[in-house]
Amino acid sequence: MEQIKERHERELVLNLGPQHPSTHGVLRLKIEVEGETVIKCTPYVGYLHRGTEKLAEGMTYLQALPLTDRLDYVSSMTNNIGYCLAVEKLFGIEAPIRAKYIRTMIAEMTRISSHLLWLGTHALDLGAMTVFLYAFREREWILDLFETLCGARLTVSYPRIGGVRNDVSQEFIDSLYEFTNIFPSKVGEYETLIDKNRIWLMRTKGVGVISAEEAINWSLSGATLRGCGVNYDIRKKHPYDAYDLVEFDVPIGLNGDVYDRYLCRMEELRQSNRIIRQCIEKLPKGAILAPDAPKFTLPPKDKVLDNMETLIHHFTLITKGPMTAPKGEVYCCTEVPKGELGFYMVSDGTGKPYRMRIRSPSFVHVSALPALCEGGMIADVIANIGTIDVVLGECDR
Amino acid sequence: MILDKLPSVVELEEGIKVIPGASTIIATVDKLINWGRASSIWPVTFGLACCAIEMMTTGSSHYDLDRLGIIFRGSPRQADCMIVAGTVTKKMAPVVRKIYDQMPEPRYVMAMGSCACTGNVYRSYSVVQGCDSFLPVDVYIPGCPPRPEALLGGFVKLQEKMMKESWRWSPIR
Repeated sequence: MEQIKERHERELVLNLGPQHPSTHGVLRLKIEVEGETVIKCTPYVGYLHRGTEKLAEGMTYLQALPLTDRLDYVSSMTNNIGYCLAVEKLFGIEAPIRAKYIRTMIAEMTRISSHLLWLGTHALDLGAMTVFLYAFREREWILDLFETLCGARLTVSYPRIGGVRNDVSQEFIDSLYEFTNIFPSKVGEYETLIDKNRIWLMRTKGVGVISAEEAINWSLSGATLRGCGVNYDIRKKHPYDAYDLVEFDVPIGLNGDVYDRYLCRMEELRQSNRIIRQCIEKLPKGAILAPDAPKFTLPPKDKVLDNMETLIHHFTLITKGPMTAPKGEVYCCTEVPKGELGFYMVSDGTGKPYRMRIRSPSFVHVSALPALCEGGMIADVIANIGTIDVVLGECDR
Repeated sequence: MILDKLPSVVELEEGIKVIPGASTIIATVDKLINWGRASSIWPVTFGLACCAIEMMTTGSSHYDLDRLGIIFRGSPRQADCMIVAGTVTKKMAPVVRKIYDQMPEPRYVMAMGSCACTGNVYRSYSVVQGCDSFLPVDVYIPGCPPRPEALLGGFVKLQEKMMKESWRWSPIR
């Protein structure tokens, strides 16, 4: 009893967030500390719970697409693609090959922009401010490219069920090709800033170590998992879109600490760049929307303005959506910058999903936060939040 | 010689006069304080959702908020402006209000994005339909999310509003 009392006197409960600048949104952590050591860490989520899954039940399959943008708002393209793939799997349609290449290309662009944001904020949290300004310089280029492509910078809603909304322009391709020429040297530039920096090494090496077995048990995915030495990438294991047609390597970490995960993501930047280059070089000609599924996919825009039947068809699809959908349930997972994003759709045959469940990587990663933080220092909590790369919009949904 | 020909007081702008040669400016306290206040808006670093990313972009190298004297502060005690950037949920609303209450007067609120303005597409059980239901909002910036230029435009509007204020600096109001 005496011991317990003494212990309680030494403990301090610290509340981190939901407004803390380093929690990447509205994550709240209750940390119990003894001196500088964290003895217990409890994450509280739900401060950004918007009811996306419930809202999607009241919408048609086409209407729910913009909601997926706002899940992981840093990488909205990949969310859209994940959703479209799930719905395509349910409908039994497939995007044409050109659309697949375009999707792969923009997904990798999104990966670069998401990783750049991660790099900037992670470095900013650990005290290296310059990286933030450098990383946002290249990120702005990508966002400008998105704007030329579809008119939006962040919440794009560019992919469509059965393809993509519009074709890529030559201007876009040229600018992107120039980007891929320059980008590897820029990655080198970021690395010269922090790679061998003594403070950076001390803050990241041996911090937040998680073993491969533990990582699998926590169901981690993405670079957070690969940093622990597990070779699992959905793009390789279950290829979707054009990932089986392009060449790329999957970087694997050794020690499973913050530094290794940093190295993994930096290498992923280079690999993404490589994929984009291949996509540009291989980009085939052809349709961008599945032509054989007129009940589900939107007709081409130029025909809508010409042909009355097509206009009616377009109008019905937009206002009412597909009136019927095959019954059943599908699960479709994609490799988004954060990890494995899965959409689990249950259809009861009507034009609206009976249930849409989102398996978001951030939610899973937040649940592993106590395992990373407990036993470490308070300052390392910030490093750990950065390394698992969470976005609360996706976590709370 | 030249000074002799000049009038004793030159009016630069309405209410702001300069005495040539004396390096003195005569203005009302209102004007001076408003000018100071409008050129150093310090918002509290605090993002809720998607709009926070655009807010960060606005603050970073490409758009550079620092050149307008806008510097993000980590603590609400040191800030005088709050950008409600993103969806305010019912769980988050008391926290947002608490941050607002911690800020010293005079304080300003900008509702950034459609979610903070009206609730946007999130007409659901958990989302507050516009943060003006519990905060006095000065500037609304629509968009989902608004472009960085729109946020800069919002700041300019806020500055215009600040410049028109009178007696806000005084305890007697």
